Amino acid sequence: MKVKIRPDQVVLYVVLILLAAIMVYPFLWSVTASLKTNRQIFSGNPLELIPRPATFDNYRRAFELMPFGRFLLNSAMLAILVPAASILLGSMAAYAFARMDFRGRDFIFLLLLGVMMMPGHVTLIPRFALVRKLGWINKYTALIIPAIFGGQLVFNIFLMRQHFLSIPKELEEAAFIDGCSRWGVWWKVVMPNSRPAIATLAIIGFKSEWNSFLWPNIVINDYMKMPIQVGLACLQSNMRTGWDVLMAGTTVAIIPLIVIFLCFQRFFISGVMTSGMGGR
Amino acid sequence: MTAWSFILPAVIGLGVFVYGALVYSLYISFTSWDLLSPAKWVGLANYARLFRDESFHQCMYNTLYFVVAIVPAGLVLAMAMAVALNRPLKGVAFFRAAYYMPSITSAVAIGLVWLWIFNPDQGILNTILRALGASYPPRWLESTRWAKLGLSIMRLWQVSGYYMIMYLAGLQNIPNELYEAAETDGATPWQKTRHITVPLLSNTTFFATVMLLIEVFNLFEAVYVMTEGRPGGSTNTVLYYIYTEAFQSYRMGYASAIAWVLFVILFVVTLVQFMVRRRNERVG
Repeated sequence: MKVKIRPDQVVLYVVLILLAAIMVYPFLWSVTASLKTNRQIFSGNPLELIPRPATFDNYRRAFELMPFGRFLLNSAMLAILVPAASILLGSMAAYAFARMDFRGRDFIFLLLLGVMMMPGHVTLIPRFALVRKLGWINKYTALIIPAIFGGQLVFNIFLMRQHFLSIPKELEEAAFIDGCSRWGVWWKVVMPNSRPAIATLAIIGFKSEWNSFLWPNIVINDYMKMPIQVGLACLQSNMRTGWDVLMAGTTVAIIPLIVIFLCFQRFFISGVMTSGMGGR
Repeated sequence: MTAWSFILPAVIGLGVFVYGALVYSLYISFTSWDLLSPAKWVGLANYARLFRDESFHQCMYNTLYFVVAIVPAGLVLAMAMAVALNRPLKGVAFFRAAYYMPSITSAVAIGLVWLWIFNPDQGILNTILRALGASYPPRWLESTRWAKLGLSIMRLWQVSGYYMIMYLAGLQNIPNELYEAAETDGATPWQKTRHITVPLLSNTTFFATVMLLIEVFNLFEAVYVMTEGRPGGSTNTVLYYIYTEAFQSYRMGYASAIAWVLFVILFVVTLVQFMVRRRNERVG
């Protein structure tokens, strides 16, 4: 079969490829500039993406100037711990809202949903004041605990409840007959049946924690406890280091999430689909 | 009671860190407080000051500019990309991934790259503009005239792919029969887009508009790393202003008052949109 190439298809491809180049260029530039010398960055042509000579020296200097290893470790810890806690607590509450009858259930649920209407910045200052009063400034607790209790938790409750409502009740009833408690049913029957939903929420949470900046920037100024985005901003304010080292730091901050994205693309996509209600 | 043991951790945590914080924030907004000395009750003085504060007015104006520059263009771009990629093209998975990728990266990190792209002398943008014949391309982030546009371009680049995915999901729900019926009636591609695709995506457009608006009102990271509100406050945003007032000038009361005004604006925006939409549904 002969494939005929229609002219409108050619135009479409040209536009799509041009757009893809614009979308990808900043990433390519960041990676390649991180391998260039400052001299090439400043005297070269910005379209020239090949480092000549290629050097890992910028990475060495970035890691020497700032504890980038710690930054990465801190961010990985946050991006795993916070969503894990949020999904666990969210699923617990969601299960009660989906399957149990108790006084004030609908009212409490409505009250929680209201949190999603609230932009995080209204609570920024009182949260900071509270954390300061508790003596958590510059401690991991300040990074973790307030991060768990926000819009994302409510979003998780909302979504897990939707999901639990779609699981057939017969599954649980069989477990009750076998003598399982509410907690047992939740943990052994309902949760294992929710793996795709959990994975989607874990990815949304990982992404938002990996990228979180404003809150950690306020509560942490100890380098050893900084997450990566805050550390990167600190490297920037120390601009004497130059663009070569800065781009090495930027690349270090971007690459882990890109790798996770390429591995778990479908969960990122389902994350967007489910977040029509405004969770992010 | 078992049910309570299931919900209690979430309810207590959110009660303290969201609802408690909300009430506390309202209280702080009626005080003058620098964190060090005890808060002093000043009544409505902080709110009164908002009317006189030109920096705040500038932030509101800037935000309005960003809304106009980012929201419509973002919606159109996202919808166009979705329509273009909603077909069995070769390499469609690559294009979707490439367009979506910017939205997963942090604005801090990628903002640094854009800082270089906008570099008036060596950045790629002006290199291209010069190659196209502009002898004096804009000085972008250094210029009060162009800095806002520069930030808008960067944000547009970053968020469009996210909404493209939303639109792709919306397109899945349009039955193919509609297009087939239109084709038998001799509809042109433009007519199909105009009379089938756009109206049937209005649900998605509604959600996307609300989310984009909230996103624009909360513009912060890009400002923090790229301009710090400069030059001359021309890129200062409400959230960045709250941040500098609270955590650089230590005016907690005033910053809280700004936060409440922003909160009320966003609330009204969401409410108005819901009402407009409901009316449209009744009419249509």
